[in-house]
Amino acid sequence: MTCGCGNRLPITYRIASVKKETEHVQTFTFAVSLGAKPGQFIMVWLPGSDEIPMSVALDDGKKLQITFFAVGDTTKKLASLKKGDLVGLRGPFGTHYEWKPKQHLALVAGGYGAAPMFFAATEAAKDSCTITAIVGARSKEHLLYLDAFSGLPGTTLSVATDDGSQGHKGYNVDILRDILEAKTLQLRSGSTARAVDQVFACGPEKMLLAVSDLCFQHKVACQLSLERYMKCGYGLCGNCAVDASGMRMCTDGPVVKNDVAREIMEFGKYHRDGLGKKHPL
Amino acid sequence: MNLSQTVLGVTFQNPTVLASGIWGITASSWRRVAQNGAGGITTKSLWLSEHKGHPNPTIISTEHWTLNAVGVPDAGIEKAREEIGDYMKGPAGGPERIRRVPLIANIIANTVENYGKTAAEIAKLQPDFLEVNISCPNVEDEFGKPFACSAHDASAVTKAVKSVSGKIPVFIKLSPNVDDIGSIAAACVDAGADGFTVINTVGPGMAIDLKSRLPILANKVGGMSGPAIKPIAVRCIADVYRATGGKLPIIGTGGIMTGEDAIEFLLAGATLIGIGTAIGYRGAEVFRLVCEEMAAWGEAEGVQDISKLIGGMHQALSSRSL
Repeated sequence: MTCGCGNRLPITYRIASVKKETEHVQTFTFAVSLGAKPGQFIMVWLPGSDEIPMSVALDDGKKLQITFFAVGDTTKKLASLKKGDLVGLRGPFGTHYEWKPKQHLALVAGGYGAAPMFFAATEAAKDSCTITAIVGARSKEHLLYLDAFSGLPGTTLSVATDDGSQGHKGYNVDILRDILEAKTLQLRSGSTARAVDQVFACGPEKMLLAVSDLCFQHKVACQLSLERYMKCGYGLCGNCAVDASGMRMCTDGPVVKNDVAREIMEFGKYHRDGLGKKHPL
Repeated sequence: MNLSQTVLGVTFQNPTVLASGIWGITASSWRRVAQNGAGGITTKSLWLSEHKGHPNPTIISTEHWTLNAVGVPDAGIEKAREEIGDYMKGPAGGPERIRRVPLIANIIANTVENYGKTAAEIAKLQPDFLEVNISCPNVEDEFGKPFACSAHDASAVTKAVKSVSGKIPVFIKLSPNVDDIGSIAAACVDAGADGFTVINTVGPGMAIDLKSRLPILANKVGGMSGPAIKPIAVRCIADVYRATGGKLPIIGTGGIMTGEDAIEFLLAGATLIGIGTAIGYRGAEVFRLVCEEMAAWGEAEGVQDISKLIGGMHQALSSRSL
């Protein structure tokens, strides 16, 4: 029976290189491609310990990267690993961002959502897309991938920090609002004033909700990456099923179109833990 | 072929039932399974109080097998009240969005006494059946050998549940990991069981990562399901059917992928068919697919009614020996 289930056991790979992005954020590179597309996730296993879902930060057919913030028990343990250490990878799983050649894409990245947004930008640039990247973080030292975005062809970068330590003081969504209202598009892009065809967003759920509302108001297509507690990653356990549709975010997501997101009753309100218990955002 | 049956007073439009353990966490999930054609659904095991599961990796698989050591996590009785209450509001013949099919509430506990307490609380929510998980192989480090491994313990749990379940039929979920599943079933019948679910996962089993030399599952071992366990399930169903004289309904589960697998389970003695791991192989539409395949088989073989198949292997064997 063909089940396409060759990716359901973790395979361990040695870390090929480690790059420190900020004080708490690192990027691991592995000399392998899993054929992941922007927005898809993999399950990252620390042998003998836990396994957690992570967005793929890059998969260019030769190497795969993950960028993570050492914030929980497992990511802190991962952060202590060095070049040559073993990490298990399983996947890729889930849906991915989709675009058409030559579209104008506005990419809204919050915190370490910058990593998958950069992956999307890299691939969309190959399709001659015009990209407006809007990267936000709490403060200057938490901003990620700025140099990487700056180096991409056809890409304009805007920055927002909550405390104003770099770029716009406030939220990245403020900049998106300006662009969708076409007040500052020409100024920031420095090129054409062509309207945004699609908005992609990855980051904290409150940011996603704000992006969703804004795109809904302006009737602009948008794709959002929703994070839910994952176990199997391939649609079996049901832990990431959302109310009220019962869609599983590991297979029907994590990247969902705005009309789908807006039908998810719990979007922007609550999520469930590994016990199925609800937690408000 | 007619696929509908009435089992202990409960009508199932078709014999496929979501097996306990997967997809069974929320009312939203249960409804989605029903929309995909399941004749009934079983909740994930419900505890009286919050119970933490194991860390990831908890579920891994190949094309032949799935190993799981989720560790029976649950938020406890309050969540069960909320989700079952939400689900039971849906009318049986209502719009597809909220249609409800029979609900089997699966319960678990750590002591005989707590099985009784849990059953009493869940029975208040009026599920169609109670299914008693005495056979999970993933929590042995925590609780020791499952109750299903001893006729004495299995019988004690059955009595405790039956004493508080009222009119709700009680199905005991048995373990294949025993010497004589028939004698354990017989002990449960004596204690008042109304039916059986056969089988829980096999093993436990283990998978090792070659380079790190470590077991992949955080719990090291996990229960095995998937296509590879089907022959064990068929044999266990046949054993339980024989040991109980074919008088009690059996929910046959373990490795079913296709309609023909389901027919085989019916011939071994199952009345209903539990489907779980197959969702990971054929998608959520597996319930509808299995029903279509069963119906097609029935048409080809000239079988008018699914009930004519139940226990068919035993009848065929006895007719040969006459």
